[in-house]
Formats: sequence, C-alpha cells, structure tokens
Amino acid sequence: MTETIPALRAEQSAGSAAVPTISMIGTRAMLFEAPGEFTLGCQRRIWALMDACADRPDIAEVMPGVTNLMLIFSTPPENPEDMAAWLRKAWNALPEKHIKGRLFEVGVRYGGELGSDLQRVAEHCGMSPHEVIALHQAPLYTVCALGSVPGFGYLHGLDPRLETPRKSVPSLKMLAGTVTIGGPQAGISALTGPNGWNSIGFTDLVMFDPERDPPALFDVGDQIRFYAESIEL
Amino acid sequence: MITVLETGVLNSVQDAGRFGYRHLGVSTSGVMDPVALRCGNALLGNVADAACIEVQTFPFKVRFDKDVSLVVTGGQGVLTLGGRKILPWTVVTARMGDVLTLERPVIGARMYLCVCGGINVPVVLGSRSTQLRGGFGGYLGRPLEVDDEIVGTGGCLPDGFGAIPPSEGLVGACAEGKEKTVTLRAIPATDYALFTEEAQARFWSTSWQITAQSNRLGYRLKGGALMLKHPIELRSYGVIPGLIQVPPAGEPIVQMADANTAGGYPRIATVIEADLWRLAQARIGSFVRLQRCDHAAGLEAMADVEKYLKSIQENSALYRKSFIRRDAGQTGKKS
Repeated sequence: MTETIPALRAEQSAGSAAVPTISMIGTRAMLFEAPGEFTLGCQRRIWALMDACADRPDIAEVMPGVTNLMLIFSTPPENPEDMAAWLRKAWNALPEKHIKGRLFEVGVRYGGELGSDLQRVAEHCGMSPHEVIALHQAPLYTVCALGSVPGFGYLHGLDPRLETPRKSVPSLKMLAGTVTIGGPQAGISALTGPNGWNSIGFTDLVMFDPERDPPALFDVGDQIRFYAESIEL
Repeated sequence: MITVLETGVLNSVQDAGRFGYRHLGVSTSGVMDPVALRCGNALLGNVADAACIEVQTFPFKVRFDKDVSLVVTGGQGVLTLGGRKILPWTVVTARMGDVLTLERPVIGARMYLCVCGGINVPVVLGSRSTQLRGGFGGYLGRPLEVDDEIVGTGGCLPDGFGAIPPSEGLVGACAEGKEKTVTLRAIPATDYALFTEEAQARFWSTSWQITAQSNRLGYRLKGGALMLKHPIELRSYGVIPGLIQVPPAGEPIVQMADANTAGGYPRIATVIEADLWRLAQARIGSFVRLQRCDHAAGLEAMADVEKYLKSIQENSALYRKSFIRRDAGQTGKKS
C-alpha cells in the first residue's frame, strides 16, 4: 500500500526543521503547514502562496489558516507528490505578500455582564483589570485568516502577558460581538453560541452578514485597534 | 407549494453545499448524504445540486398544493402518498392535495425529499442550503416548522421508474452489507504519525460506536482513547467533512457537513469522500470500523460513485425520452 503521508513528509524527516509539512486531507484537500514561529512574516508568505494557488485551475478553494494553507481541489491530483513539490518550490521562491488592509478602530465596552471574565483574566495574569485593558488596547492586531464560523478573524498581536487558558466549562450562549482572549489569541466572537474563550468586553460590530457585500466585515490583512468605549468593573 | 404538516426539530432545506466561502469561515452545509441527493435529482432530471428537504427527525408530513413529481431517497422506511404506500428511489407523482408521510426509517438515518425542479428557496452565497449555525440560507435560515409553505418549482414527469439504491448498486469496503457495522475507508492524515503505535493499531481495529452527540456538525465515536506520543499544540487549520480529529480526551470526532471551517485538534485520518454518505446513514448507537486505504483507492472509489450516478442519470433521461415519444405516438393515433 502506498504510504501517502510518510512520502509527503519525506523532506521533513530528512533533517532541517525549516521545511514545511504537507499532508493530504482525504483525496480532495491538501494542507500546507509552514515551519517556525507564528510571525507576521510567516503569515505574509502564506498569503503569497494563497494567491499563487488561487491562480491554478485544479484548485477550487484556498483557505488560509494560522501559518498554514488548505487547498481544495476541483479535480483531485493523481499524484499528490507533484503538487507537494510545486508547493515547496513556490514557498521557497515567493516573496512575502504585504496586504495594505483597512484599519478598524473597535470600540469596546470592557467588563460588565458581557465581559464577565475580565476579572478572571486579570487574576490569571497577575495584574489589575485596568492593566489588562491597557495591554489589550496597546497593539495593532492583524487579521491573519478567517474561519471556524462565518466572519471570525484569527488575530495576530496579543501581548503574551495576556495569554489566558480557555475555560474548561464554556459559556453556553456567548453573544456575537464579545471581545475575547483564548490562550495566546485575541478575538471577537462572530456567532452567538457556546464559547470557551474568556470574555473581556463587547462591541456592536457585526462580523458577518450574508446580505452584505462582502459578507465578512474583516478581510485578511486588515488591522484592528481596540479602544475603550466604557469600563465597568 | 408544499406545506409542512408535521416535522421534527432538525429537518431543513439542503442542496449539494455552499462552496467558495470557506475562506470567510462559511462551512459547506449541504446534504449529509450527497449520493442520495444526486440520485434523486438524476431520476427527476434536475440539475445535480438542486435543493431537497433533508429529513432526519420523523415522522415528517407535507401536503402538495399542486401536482408535482417527486422521489424520496436515503434511508428506507414506510412512505405513504395520498393514503397509498409508495416506493423509495422511485419517481412518483403527487396530485394536488396529496399528503406525503415519511415514517422513521428502519435502515439508514436520513431521507431526502426531492421534487421536480428542486426546492425553490433564495440562493444565499451561492447555495440554497440552510446554514443552521449562521442562520441563513434554506428556508428563512432555519429548520422547517409546521405550517411552513415552500414554493416548489417543478411540474409532472413520466413516473413509475426508479434506481437501485447505492447500498446495493455501489461496492463498499465490506461486502457484509446488512451487518450493524459500517466499514468506512479512511486515509491517514496530517498527525497520524504522532499517535502511539498502539493508538494507530486500535484506530483501525476498534468497532467504534456512534454516540448520541452525533449530528450534522460531526459524529462523535466511542470505543477507547487514542493517545499521542507527546501532547501537541496546533495552530488553527482548515477542516473539511470527513476529517477525523482527536480531542484531548482521545475519542475521535468525524467532521460532517456543518463542521466549523477551522479547527485545532490533532488529525488522525480522513474518511474518503466516496464513503461519507455511508456514515451519514449510520444511526446513533450503531458501529463503524475504519479501514485503511490510500489515495489511489480513494480516487477509484469516487470514480465508482460517479459511474453509478451517471448511469442513473442516463437511464432516467432515456426513459423519459421514450415515454414522451410513446405518449406523442399515442396522441398522434388518436387524432
């Protein structure tokens, strides 16, 4: 039997840690995972690869993740290794893609009922709620990818001092628009529903509306800065 | 028009799926059993991705407010139209006022009501499928409720012919067929090598039971924990239906039509596209086994599905043509 996965992983096992991992997800999809840390530079190379793949007629959909890229084929390849070789070559050759995204200034009502985990985050991080808010507002976040649910943006930029584990018991009905921290990531929930991330505030922005064009508020490369509309402790 | 007279909680309008919006976080949705939909549409001469009503809670009862030809595919159970029993996988014509009842299937889990011309609801983001979590698409973005009125598009066709169901017409991984265990072929995925050898072996040898926490989002399987050699933290990556993830507790989840577009759990394998419909028709409490296969075998299995559907499409077209010709001939004699 052909060992599809080990074959595609051949280069990685050969030694260098700086080699991407490429694997098949069934026959219809292929996943490219970049080596190294989660940096904006790495994500910009993923965006470049995304564009190169979108131009190929045998690829129906490209979906960037966090330092990775999933390809869905219109026609599954007879030989995935050919496609993998093309991806490795493109990855090494392509320059970073710098997207001049829009800047969203997101007003947040910190704390209160809709940001009820603010205290928990503060305690976990060993600082006051005001310090959490200040650190949350400081960086310029970048939308790396959209996914999970319609319109949800994976953001780069959270201050590592605010890293807080996801909750072991998720909130059953967290509202769309809740400003959250989940592990090392910051986010704005896009759908009302169960959510394990820590809620620290709320914004009225609607992340996704199928009637809107484009339906998702954010696009990859957009930048976000949070500011306090109000603070309730 | 089709009026819903009786329905369970999660019956919805679905088509072949919503494609092209995955990069915005919009999952595929669409029918859980694509072979059943495409077969129904082929029998009716509809476009392959015409929308249908997916019924997964029973009984389901509708009234037709005009004459329309229809096919019920998917799971096997008692079907009655206008008080008489009708055959599944067969074109029948409902008369104005006829009531169609779908009783709980004795084999399979989901039934598909396909009508001539397809179920006509507005196209949202390229599809008529209901995006249940996002609350858009399908019929008002929600499951069907009693008294809903769905505007049908079709008319009447030559009827009285049908197809051999895929459970008989398609060769699967295992010939046993009627046993309570479904065998699904799967290809090792990204993190397969990160599981312990014991976990890898157990993955293929266990009879996994489908738990009650299985739905259009995913099927949660029970049968023991699959452990990693070392714990790993993954960055969010793209997910498609069929992907089998293993959360920290160790019991696998097979992602299905409504799966989130991104996830972060380790990926052990992917059920091949050609076998996903078998899982969609497997009932809660029943068992699945996973049989290792490779890329070439996965492609071959899908080619078999396409061949099966193509023959149904061609034979249905021939039947309709000959029927119409015969009809025209008879009309000619009379005049």
